[in-house]
Amino acid sequence: MDAFAKSDLTERARAGHQGAVSSNARPGQVGTPAHARRVELAGWGHYPVVEGLVRRSEDLERITRGVPLTRGLGRSYGDASLPAGRDAVAASPLADRLLAFDPESGVVRAEAGVPLMKLNRLFFSRRWFTPVTPGTHYVTLGGMVAADVHGKNHHQAGCFGEHVRALRLRVADGRILECSDQAEPELFRATMGGMGLTGHILEVEFRMQRIPTPWIWQESERIENFEAVLSRLEEAGKAWPFTVCWSDFLARGDKLGRGILMKGRWAEPHEAPRDQPRWRRAPALPLYLPSGLLQPWMMRIGNWLNYAKHGARTKTGIVHPETFFYPLDVLRDWNRLYGRRGFTQYQCVLPGPNSHPRHRDFIALLQAKGAATFLCVIKDCGREGKGMISFPRPGISYALDIPITGRTQEIVDALNELVIAEGGRVYLAKDAFTRREHFRAMEPRLEAWTRVRRKWDPGAVLKSAQSVRVLGDAP
Amino acid sequence: MKVVLLGATKGMGRALARLMAARGDRLFLLGRDLHDLQRSAADLRVHGAPDPVGTAYCDLLDPKSFVAALDTASEQLGGLETVVVTAGLFAAQEELEEDPELCEQLLAADFTNTILFCEQARRRLLAGGGGRLCVFSSVAGERARKPVILYGAAKAGLSHYLTGLDHKFRAQGLQTILVKPGFVHTGMTAELQPPPFAGEPESVARVVLAAIDRGAPEVFTPAIWRWIMLVIRFLPRGVMRRIAF
Repeated sequence: MDAFAKSDLTERARAGHQGAVSSNARPGQVGTPAHARRVELAGWGHYPVVEGLVRRSEDLERITRGVPLTRGLGRSYGDASLPAGRDAVAASPLADRLLAFDPESGVVRAEAGVPLMKLNRLFFSRRWFTPVTPGTHYVTLGGMVAADVHGKNHHQAGCFGEHVRALRLRVADGRILECSDQAEPELFRATMGGMGLTGHILEVEFRMQRIPTPWIWQESERIENFEAVLSRLEEAGKAWPFTVCWSDFLARGDKLGRGILMKGRWAEPHEAPRDQPRWRRAPALPLYLPSGLLQPWMMRIGNWLNYAKHGARTKTGIVHPETFFYPLDVLRDWNRLYGRRGFTQYQCVLPGPNSHPRHRDFIALLQAKGAATFLCVIKDCGREGKGMISFPRPGISYALDIPITGRTQEIVDALNELVIAEGGRVYLAKDAFTRREHFRAMEPRLEAWTRVRRKWDPGAVLKSAQSVRVLGDAP
Repeated sequence: MKVVLLGATKGMGRALARLMAARGDRLFLLGRDLHDLQRSAADLRVHGAPDPVGTAYCDLLDPKSFVAALDTASEQLGGLETVVVTAGLFAAQEELEEDPELCEQLLAADFTNTILFCEQARRRLLAGGGGRLCVFSSVAGERARKPVILYGAAKAGLSHYLTGLDHKFRAQGLQTILVKPGFVHTGMTAELQPPPFAGEPESVARVVLAAIDRGAPEVFTPAIWRWIMLVIRFLPRGVMRRIAF
């Protein structure tokens, strides 16, 4: 008899009033309602939107049984976290316990639903930080492994997966097993960047990074043109652990691609404020703006303001770590700026060297397609990591938001063709439009990864809306 | 503060225990699943709770487990100061109407056995000169409503009992804190469409911890539910018969 240690007393009458008491409630299971609700689901880009049955519980082991996919906080942009068809999907965020922490080595073991924001805020004061962070802290550890996320320190620290020591996985046949470099190393490497398609990630063990203070010393400089952006970015990477560049692809003529280069490192105790950073609760954008409100001319002005505001001089100083790592998180639900029609983020990496004219071609194509928008983020990637199918590889990564219109597919197709020709690839955590044949053409590693995937899931049980689209899984 | 918690492995109990851990309270966890309790104990240690965070078996469906559980907790903590009960059961009214066995369990858990547990806790706290007893009831106990007749009846009874404890024993040093949560996002409400004014476990926990610290006899959380329920209490019978809420 399942029963106690239920901590939640809830008032469900209101839900009943709204006609939403689940029809899936299984009688006779006291204290364990089906935990599932049929809802509309979407990634961060709000495109595509699908209907799915979300199972949510603190008990991740239980809800992942017999389910084809687990999602975290839904921060991948496209369809990576969405169920195929009208399937069920397990949601991990309630599984948020930290299971062990060794203050000597910095090794943490935690349930997969732990949000990065919580982990960071808990450990800043103890002088530890996650070794790799993506550009938002509203992600779960499980999601960070599944997408094998990278950050501003990719040129030095690599992907998150390189700092992961072990994973606890529920594989397709229902078994739960531990994998690491020693135990099932192949499955371990296939799971990093494997978008949740090799097994449900239940627990993650990784090593945190020691930091001297919780503050960042930042230096930012304005750069006049695109060629200089690329060379300065490369140069900065030699001295700075964190680098990223914002670039203006809407500017015309020789101003095209001008940008602002941001460099950072952890502040030393003598530089940093004595107190701890204050945690702010970010305000949320309360409603969807009308789709199509953001016009190119507005973005052009926005970009110009951003560039002009910085001023010509190099700026230095201490910044709040969340301002540095998560600038967009200051406005929760900012994706609503693009309206209900949504947007996609196109992120690709083009191989180096950085001086190659292919980078110019890429921007020219963006402009020709009218796909250039504000906030194009450029980052130089370091070495390829451990993940068998992880996104980063040496070269330059470009990330830009494209509002959904009737032409989005055409734009992504054209960009992908260039990326294929140049030997680059796209990031599945962002993708919603890449065609199957394009993905295959840009991923020579796909075959090896698929072999491992099928070895552990011969019946093709694990899948997502994305795997149906990009990998050709049966819906 | 030395705290014993029944039901701290999930939801609001988990959030409350973490706040206590972060400020260094000494914690002892009671629950049905020892493995799960140990995982929560580990979590609370990482959140800052002093070592050790003890655990002991205690099942709300098994009142015979209460004495040993509280004895163990009291022994390991060196006396009791605060006892928190967040455990409880929920099932939809329709399910309960169709399944007498389920109904019996829910009534036993949320009313009879919770009270039996509280009686044991009360005795121990009073023997030690007083302390705090914080119990999670529900706004469902405020007025009989169609979707929560049985659950609401159990919670109404529980609220009644705790109010009585406050009247009788506060002068002797026993502070009861009766918590009445509205809709809160937890695993238990996961399959429901959240209503307006739904709360988060973390904010509920902050409110409840403050209430425990100042010994507030009754707390609604999110706070707006006090006013929602006030209105509902005054709705005429004819209206209650007609609405589904």
